[in-house]
Amino acid sequence: MEWILENLPHILELTLDHLLLSAPAVLAAFLLSLPLGRLAVRLPRLREPLVGGIGLLYAIPSLPLFIVLPLILGTSIREPLNAVVALTLFGLALMVRSAADAFGSVEEDVRLAAVAVGHSAGGRFLTVELPLAGPALLAGLRVVSVSTISLVSVSAVLGVTSLGSLFTDGFERGIVAAIVAGIVTTAALALVLDLLLVALGRVLMPWRRPVPRRSASRSAEKGAA
Amino acid sequence: MIEFRQVSKTYPDGTAAVEDFSLTVPSHTTTVLLGSSGCGKTTLLRMVNRMVEPTAGSVRIDDVDVATVRPVALRRSIGYVMQNSGLMPHRRVVEDIATVPRLNGVPRAEARRRAMELMEVVGLDPQLARRHPGQLSGGQQQRVGVARALADDPNILLMDEPFGAVDPLVRLELQRELRRLQDDLRKTIVFVTHDIDEALALGDQIVVLRPGGRTAQVGTPRELVEAPADDFVSRFLGLGEGRRKLRAAPRPGGGQVVTDDAGRPLGVLDDADGGPSADAGE
Ligand SMILES: Nc1ncnc2c1ncn2[C@@H]1O[C@H](COP(=O)(O)OP(=O)(O)O)[C@@H](O)[C@H]1O
Ligand SMILES: [Mg+2]
Repeated sequence: MEWILENLPHILELTLDHLLLSAPAVLAAFLLSLPLGRLAVRLPRLREPLVGGIGLLYAIPSLPLFIVLPLILGTSIREPLNAVVALTLFGLALMVRSAADAFGSVEEDVRLAAVAVGHSAGGRFLTVELPLAGPALLAGLRVVSVSTISLVSVSAVLGVTSLGSLFTDGFERGIVAAIVAGIVTTAALALVLDLLLVALGRVLMPWRRPVPRRSASRSAEKGAA
Repeated sequence: MIEFRQVSKTYPDGTAAVEDFSLTVPSHTTTVLLGSSGCGKTTLLRMVNRMVEPTAGSVRIDDVDVATVRPVALRRSIGYVMQNSGLMPHRRVVEDIATVPRLNGVPRAEARRRAMELMEVVGLDPQLARRHPGQLSGGQQQRVGVARALADDPNILLMDEPFGAVDPLVRLELQRELRRLQDDLRKTIVFVTHDIDEALALGDQIVVLRPGGRTAQVGTPRELVEAPADDFVSRFLGLGEGRRKLRAAPRPGGGQVVTDDAGRPLGVLDDADGGPSADAGE
């Protein structure tokens, strides 16, 4: 406890580093999954190769990927960009299936109605399909967010600074408090981001909250008679 | 005026949904496409706003081939009502109704004002404006669907079994209201249904369809009932059934009681405007 209080500024700094590695990766994975997921629904025959293929990325052990990527990207192993790209790929592997499912869950009737009123393809995507896929996208995004935040720590082994550094340093120097602080802070960060995502969903998708049916619904029908 | 000129539609999987169909839909009247499920009604309807492209033939609106009009612009100029209302689950009623004016560039406030007006026109309580469709009854949803289709005052209204999914009482109510609306608005309506009573109640012109979108008979409701072209039409209209064989018997209080073949009372015929044509569904 004493150690934690003494090192609080350091822990906060590492939390920020952690966030700066994971947030861009989660965001990039999310944005990339949208066109891919939509494409998978548009071309059913492409769906499995696309979704399954990208999903396989997740089977790559994380440590080797962190090491191999610099060879492809020309970055150095310790560079944050390297970690962000690796994390994006893992996030995408999870997210692309959620996105395909999310867009697949948009009712055909609603999609056709959007065509019938005269939405352009782009307008339909942005104003109808995306919001309606929103709940399922959010569910996928929450998984990616939590998984990414826990994965970031692995990169600490390679010297990329994050909350994971608390484990590596803690092990090296035998400071149990550091390890505990690392675990607790990582979990807390994941939790806070998850709550933020849920709150964001509430704000952006108000139609999902069931509003108690008042008698107005029935009286209006009668009143029109 | 909408003209179908020898249109055919074969879907990519080989289904011949419509074969060589021709029809003229006069302006400012209601034409009903009547036929059982799968006979190509929806396919025909969607050719008008290019949601379906015919594989042969053409559809013309006021002598312009729709194939020469940009689909998005075309659809924004034509009202479309679907069976399951096709409302946007994520939009409030008032926003959904305002969709087409908004797409056509009407400022938000003006579009909303019009949407509120239309709610009144279709008999919706303005209090429902801020609801989402999931919070409406089936009948209310269909009214919203009609209001949305009418929102930018299109000349043409395409209605695909719009009242098919609501319970019978509400359906009758909606049919009555559509007739009232049409008396005021005089749109060119193409109305698809498989319900013969609905067709007789709403159509100025009825097209009875066989499978494959082939025309069995075209006529006014009265022409169909008076002179069905063949057995198929006669059976479709249920003319062979007791339901449409009516009998009249004098009533003690004056007038006549009308019953069907099975003797079930259907209504009363006034002597004053007597005559068998008193209720020909016009
Ligand atoms: N997109 C499609 N692909 C293949 N076949 C279709 C498609 N849409 C409709 N059909 C087929 O075309 C025929 C007519 O369908 P439709 O126009 O929907 O009939 P209706 O509206 O009268 O029920 C049916 O046999 C239907 O299965
Ligand atoms: Mg149909």
